[in-house]
Amino acid sequence: MSDTVLTCTALRKSFGEVRAVQGVDLELRARECFGLLGPNGAGKTTTIEILEGLTSLDGGEVKVFGLPPGDVAVRARVGIALQETQLPDRLTVQECLRVFRSFYASGREVDQVIAQLELEEKRHARVAKLSGGQRQRLALACAMVGDPDLLFLDEPSTGLDPQARLKVWELVLAFKAQGGTVLLTTHYMEEAARLCDRIAIVDHGRVIARGTPAELIASLGAPQVLELVTEPGLDDAPLSALPGVARVTAKADARVLHVADVTVTLPAALELARARGAAVKHATTRDATLEDVFVHLTGAELRDA
Amino acid sequence: MPEAKAQTRSALFELTRMRVLETLRDPGALFWVFVAPVLLAVGLGLAFRNRAPEPIRVVVADSPGLAAALRVDPTLKVEEAGLEDARWKLRRAQADVLVQELGAEVLFRYDESRPEGRTARLAVDRALAVAAGQRPAVPQRDEKVTEPGSRYIDFLLPGLLGMNLMGSSMWGLGYGLVDARRRNLLKRLAATPMRRRDYLLSVLLARLIFLVGETVALVTVGHFAFGVEVQGSLAAVGALSLLGGFGFAGLALLVAARTASTEVATGLMNLVMMPMYLLSGAFFSASHFPDWLQPLIRALPLTALNDALRAVINEALPLASQWPQVAVLAAWGVLPFAVALRLFRWQ
Ligand SMILES: Nc1ncnc2c1ncn2[C@@H]1O[C@H](COP(=O)(O)OP(=O)(O)OP(=O)(O)O)[C@@H](O)[C@H]1O
Ligand SMILES: [Mg+2]
Repeated sequence: MSDTVLTCTALRKSFGEVRAVQGVDLELRARECFGLLGPNGAGKTTTIEILEGLTSLDGGEVKVFGLPPGDVAVRARVGIALQETQLPDRLTVQECLRVFRSFYASGREVDQVIAQLELEEKRHARVAKLSGGQRQRLALACAMVGDPDLLFLDEPSTGLDPQARLKVWELVLAFKAQGGTVLLTTHYMEEAARLCDRIAIVDHGRVIARGTPAELIASLGAPQVLELVTEPGLDDAPLSALPGVARVTAKADARVLHVADVTVTLPAALELARARGAAVKHATTRDATLEDVFVHLTGAELRDA
Repeated sequence: MPEAKAQTRSALFELTRMRVLETLRDPGALFWVFVAPVLLAVGLGLAFRNRAPEPIRVVVADSPGLAAALRVDPTLKVEEAGLEDARWKLRRAQADVLVQELGAEVLFRYDESRPEGRTARLAVDRALAVAAGQRPAVPQRDEKVTEPGSRYIDFLLPGLLGMNLMGSSMWGLGYGLVDARRRNLLKRLAATPMRRRDYLLSVLLARLIFLVGETVALVTVGHFAFGVEVQGSLAAVGALSLLGGFGFAGLALLVAARTASTEVATGLMNLVMMPMYLLSGAFFSASHFPDWLQPLIRALPLTALNDALRAVINEALPLASQWPQVAVLAAWGVLPFAVALRLFRWQ
């Protein structure tokens, strides 16, 4: 299958007692953006670094462009941003990119990459003097300067302000639009929803769900959410019995109703509150998100994004 | 894209440039590589420069006639004191010999273990003989000389050169590598198609560039500030510096092969260098150490480097005469290097 860029099957990796990755299967198709979504310590970095050929695996099989990971022919076609790299502090942005550019037989012009990542102003600034967002962009620039076919991005927007995050998203989407393939890790639901064509939700070293964002949300069987705060609170049982309610969960002092259609459930819920003599303090409706999928699957919250 | 290719320099060039720029922009590294050894040479050179010969200090106890006779001799610095006072001066080494007239006898009191004491006794004896009208048995003439390359600064400079080659190779190379590993930079580089040998070569090349600089700086300062001449061939000094630098680079690579902690690396480097600072004769000759230690001392790379540099710089010996030292240095260059390449970790 020429359309498959990367496959991994039954991937396993332990660090002593810690079983970081316990049987992960993935398949990346050309020109897609694939997201590994999961909380801290889920095994995202371990997985992606095995695929990059930086970490040895204990079991399973990995092929990138049909070759073992870390093969020099693979390295020439892949761009990488590690979760944490400190590039040489005393070099300028341009010098740093020149060094990285020199490793690739063919690649992009340093000037072009600087322009694309909007680092013009900082071209002659030392790496040590860059802000967090600028540094992240430089790391991306270093990943892109070899004109890769496949990008591995480990938490590309963690620690960035919303504007810088938007910038990173634009870059990833532009890369994809030019025919590139991306594998990224994140714990931001919104990032996964905006960038990724397909997602694997990872927890405790296992893939617990996978699919397109829409498929994952549809798998809840309740595409909308109604959050209700009343005084006094209402019991779960009568709420569950309301029309169109699939599930009721709690979040702080709110009852969270997962429903098929809020326009049906909301009037019934308000009626129920009135009948029980409870005052409605707060009622919000929204579409279900990947966050809801995650909470449903694990019973735990992802890091708040 | 062929036009993009034409513009880019080789990875080895860019990596070497990176190392050189990083060092040049690090004031601390520049200080330790270039300024500190020169300051040390200047400081020690001034402290131990050759001065006019010390006068011989004689204290005469309660004997004014004797004192007057000795004052005629210009090489003696004669002082008169009461006996108690005179003894006290001798004990505090403020005088080299105490002289006292006891009837027909002259009493000398001095510390036999101090060369100054023995010299002073002889000088006073001679002065008394001259005062008594005696002449030397045969005519005599003095010719005072200073052999080139025999002053302390002449001895010191090659030692400083060797010590500096060790220090800057170990710190410049070892610390930089460990820091790059700690910062995940090595890992990031290993994920590119960069040839790994290019990286290690670039580290050595950059070291070579600074090695030439620091050697030239020290030799030049030695020449202009203290008149230390290279008696042998400059080419031999250059060859020895290269060989020494390469040897210490191998050692540094070995120390830096695995650890990602700069603290551990610092400890290891001190562990490797401290014995050589002490034993390898940078400041004084290593031959002062007991015989049973000598084989060990001779096998250390810094001893070999210092000895060979002194032979060439101070004694004008040809490089070929230093083959045992060269062999020791070459062994230290090759073995740790080979082991380090096997052990080296990129993350
Ligand atoms: N080198 C290592 N040595 C020991 N344990 C490790 C190592 N690397 C990772 N781990 C452990 O493996 C587990 C998975 O870590 P990993 O870094 O893959 O998580 P992650 O999903 O990337 O988390 P985060 O979102 O915090 O980056 C964690 O429990 C971690 O402590
Ligand atoms: Mg991670």
